[in-house]
Amino acid sequence: MIEVMLFVAAALRISVPYALAAVGATFSERGGVINIALEGIMLNGALGYVLGAWVSNDPWFGLLAAVAAGILTALLHAVVTVRFQADQITSGLGINLLAAGLTRFVLHAVFHSSSNSERVVGFPRLPIPGLENLGTIASVVGSPLVLIAVVLVVLGQGLLFRTVFGLRLRSVGEHPEAAASLGLHVRGYRFGGVILSGVLAGTAGAWLASEQHSFTDGMTGGRGYIAIAAMIVGKWSPTGAAAACLLFGAAEALQITLQGSAFPSELLQMLPYLVTMLALAGFIGRAHPPRALGTPFDPEKA
Amino acid sequence: MTLPGRPALLRAAAPVLAIVLAFAAGALFVLAIGENPLAIYGLMLHETLGTGYGLGQTLFKATPLVFTGLAVALGFRAGLFNIGAEGQLYLGAFAAGLTGIAVAGLPPLLALPLCLIAAALAGAAWGGIPGVLKARFGAHEVINTIMMNFIAFALVSFAGRWVFQPATVRTAEIAPAAVLPRLSDFLPQLRGSPANLSLLLGLGVAVLAGALLFRTRRGYELRVVGLNAPAAQYGGVSIGRAQLGAMALSGAVAGLGGTNFVLGYKHFFELGFSGGAGFLGIAVALVGRNHPVGVILAALVFGALGHGGMVINQRVPKELVDILEAIVILFAIVLQTGFERLARRIA
Repeated sequence: MIEVMLFVAAALRISVPYALAAVGATFSERGGVINIALEGIMLNGALGYVLGAWVSNDPWFGLLAAVAAGILTALLHAVVTVRFQADQITSGLGINLLAAGLTRFVLHAVFHSSSNSERVVGFPRLPIPGLENLGTIASVVGSPLVLIAVVLVVLGQGLLFRTVFGLRLRSVGEHPEAAASLGLHVRGYRFGGVILSGVLAGTAGAWLASEQHSFTDGMTGGRGYIAIAAMIVGKWSPTGAAAACLLFGAAEALQITLQGSAFPSELLQMLPYLVTMLALAGFIGRAHPPRALGTPFDPEKA
Repeated sequence: MTLPGRPALLRAAAPVLAIVLAFAAGALFVLAIGENPLAIYGLMLHETLGTGYGLGQTLFKATPLVFTGLAVALGFRAGLFNIGAEGQLYLGAFAAGLTGIAVAGLPPLLALPLCLIAAALAGAAWGGIPGVLKARFGAHEVINTIMMNFIAFALVSFAGRWVFQPATVRTAEIAPAAVLPRLSDFLPQLRGSPANLSLLLGLGVAVLAGALLFRTRRGYELRVVGLNAPAAQYGGVSIGRAQLGAMALSGAVAGLGGTNFVLGYKHFFELGFSGGAGFLGIAVALVGRNHPVGVILAALVFGALGHGGMVINQRVPKELVDILEAIVILFAIVLQTGFERLARRIA
């Protein structure tokens, strides 16, 4: 029983940053902008958290700094791809390289180390009634960021599919010319979608850094790409993406549990990527990306 | 009077301007930590291109970028974005390493080609899978090649359980017959640098890629599919076959890039050897405008940057180079998009 509990707690803990970033990705992509930059946004968010928490000794200020770093990074992606209509995938890769270099550069300049920052505060755990005796579970579920993540998944689903903003954002990603002809400010909505992804991926970075109480070089370790994969498997919906994140998180938790045993954990490591490729090829139900995904919108031509 | 070449000049100017602007922006980072940008850039220039050893290091760093840059460029020409050069390079190097061990006892004239074929085939297979998925199911190659990168890393780690030396992440040494000689064996000025004949192989592949693209029917078909797929189909070109061919070829070229480290430098395969050369290939193709000549020039620039980080590290964190490379990429795509429109307007 205790093993199961530990496993669930581990899976949940791993899924949190995936889910935050994946929900962020749905906003960017539903508006028509591919956001490979999630990895870099998350990394900058993690550094933002550590710098914020380091100067203030307050995790909430750290979160604020992480979100600010996420927004700034996402804004760069939006300016390059929406304002200047440059290639979205290349911009994302460039931003990821920039974040990798920039965070290490700042690490050097501020903490005089090429690999890690000083230790900073994390989030205090909330007491959850009824869970006090459940140790690890309580320690994961009781994190305010986990509660925030759950709320954001539900809110994200509502915002995208139940509000005027969501409808308009999706229309801008499906058929920007039609949206423009109805008087919508296409670029404005696309900026909005990308920036929302920055808020969420920045928060994901804050979770990673606050759990670890420090920043380490390259600490996102490809999680941004997993988040994009989860969003695809979840068919571009926040709840679907979150479900895929739980699946990926469970696979990773299992992999950690089996590490050192004779079972080849590398095979489990491949699972998220294989599932994503199968989903893309249409073996797990057809997933339709937004129709104008990846296509820049030129207001002069509309 | 018409002004021939003005649009072409404008298009070629974008990457050059991007590099200049990136160095200007990078100067702010150097200033921020209290160093003199001109002194730092001067040091970088001298230690990469001003000495024989520096030049050799630059050529060594540029070598895998020639391969991966060509690989990405070949994909781009067919309208495909191969982000998987990293994984293809990885598997190509792994295959070259394993073959290099297996050919012990064979003469070099047999051992070397076998290693090259193995590297190319491994890369081609890894590029070909997303190619099949694209051609057969319409699955987007960008996401699939990213996934294939991660699968390649996991697969090599998995296979390492059997082939890595105990308690290491490297294979045994390859047979002497499979070793690519160093350039310093012929040019003593480059002494001490690991630049090797893999560079000449890369230049040869560049010539072949240029000939294929611009002098053959297959290459023409590949480019037409990239420029206007419906028109290509109307003209009788099989889009699926061209896409699959382009991806497999792209993967083969990236796979051959593994020879630089495995056959030319360390003489074994080691996890994490690539240093992101596959990803930088995207930047090289972008700055080189998907042309073999441009790719070679861009590979030299990025190769010099790669070694340049090492030489300034005493005074400025070497990560300055990553920042410079990233800014080059971002400026290059923004300028390219803007200049392309301008070129069309004045054409």
